[in-house]
Amino acid sequence: MNYIEHVGKYFMMLGQIFKRPQKFRVFREALFREIEQLGIKSIGIISFISFFIGGVIALQTALNISDPLIPKMLIGFATKRSVILEFAPTFCSIILAGKVGSYITSSIGTMRVTEQIDALEIMGVNSLNYLVLPKIIATVFFYPFLIILGMFLAIFGGWAAGILSNMFYEADYIAGIQYDFAPFLVVYALVKTIIFAFIISTVPSYHGYYVKGGSLEVGKASTQSVVWTIVVIVIANYFLTQMLLT
Amino acid sequence: MIKVNDIHKRFGETEVLKGITTSFEPGKTNLIIGQSGAGKTVFLKSLLGLHVPEEGTIIYNGQVNTEMTIENKRDFRQELGMVFQGSALFDSLNVEENVMFPLKMFKQQSKNEMLDRVNIVLERVDLENSNQKFPAELSGGMQKRVAIARAIVMNPKYLFCDEPNSGLDPSTSILIDNLIKEITEEYQITTVINTHDMNSVMEIGDKIVFLKDGLKAWEGSSKEIFKTDNQAVVDFVYSSNLFKKVREAYLKEQ
Repeated sequence: MNYIEHVGKYFMMLGQIFKRPQKFRVFREALFREIEQLGIKSIGIISFISFFIGGVIALQTALNISDPLIPKMLIGFATKRSVILEFAPTFCSIILAGKVGSYITSSIGTMRVTEQIDALEIMGVNSLNYLVLPKIIATVFFYPFLIILGMFLAIFGGWAAGILSNMFYEADYIAGIQYDFAPFLVVYALVKTIIFAFIISTVPSYHGYYVKGGSLEVGKASTQSVVWTIVVIVIANYFLTQMLLT
Repeated sequence: MIKVNDIHKRFGETEVLKGITTSFEPGKTNLIIGQSGAGKTVFLKSLLGLHVPEEGTIIYNGQVNTEMTIENKRDFRQELGMVFQGSALFDSLNVEENVMFPLKMFKQQSKNEMLDRVNIVLERVDLENSNQKFPAELSGGMQKRVAIARAIVMNPKYLFCDEPNSGLDPSTSILIDNLIKEITEEYQITTVINTHDMNSVMEIGDKIVFLKDGLKAWEGSSKEIFKTDNQAVVDFVYSSNLFKKVREAYLKEQ
């Protein structure tokens, strides 16, 4: 199957997903389950990585400013901009693509190879709608909060790194954070996050839903889905940046 | 009652079903047997509506499959129960939730009403105290019983089983066979079982359809299969020495 066929099949899958849920009560239960699995269980890893990466960004910026004419508040300013523009929305989405993407592909893929999806279809359930729509809604609505948390923790991580290393003053860092704050950049980051969340939930679902074979194929599909999700995120990131910032 | 009239199913150039005509009555356990590649699974999937035959019709209680509207098909699927070879229980749901799933999806009932119904069917399959267990905590036989409970929870008119004894020890296998037979008679369900298990053929086969190369090569009851002189059936069913001896003893007795 060539790439164009895959793209066509992916969009046909979306057509099946975006239908009215057959039973709202069942949909609501599935949605809460997915918010827990895909969202709440990702808070830990995002918090941990954000805090330390924020620290590293601040330290590296400080290390690269040797010219005494460059104000030290640039460290806070650069950390804030890097975190809001790229680290939180893109880097965190790539981390989530690895964590959540492989989970989605392996869980749906296992359901496929163990005939659980056939069981749903025979009962008269729209399996794509039942399995994938709650994942899309959960990620699209929850990930912006996760990314905002990531932004705060990364900036906080930069501040903590400065305090612990004595490489810059707290006052300079805070002045840098407050300097030239552009709310649109947060909107830009959230728009990107929503689109990346959609990619993170649908591309791995596609790989899992159409897997054929046994557990080995499910494993291969998980790896492939993570790779393709990251590729699509990176490409989408380029086009979104060009559309929204230039 | 299911009537199958001359159904043909092709995949590309390969014709898998080459014109099968038969019927399955309610309250009877109907078995489909045949060698691997004979077309049993395709036939079963055609009965389930997962494959659409290119020619021929399948009539379910007077409703012709090709004339069903989307609404008819949706309603029809709720009259089907299916027991998969690997049970196909939902891993993330416990026993109670698995059995309750079709009720939640299609019935407008309160939680207590659904729970009552779930407990009735779990009791029917002798699984009273396993409501909170997850599929991974159950043995193969217990998983099959949960699958049967899930299949009958909606009071289906038709029950389809794909290799219900596969992977089970002989005694559990007999328990499952008897359970299917009892449920079929009790609820007057039209049951169609796809099997390789010759014990099932002898024990519960009210009607047996033998498929060979996509054609119906023979049909009859479990008693008639002892007397048949159809060589293809004899070669398939009595391939083991034990069954050969059983057949010889039966024929001598007659």
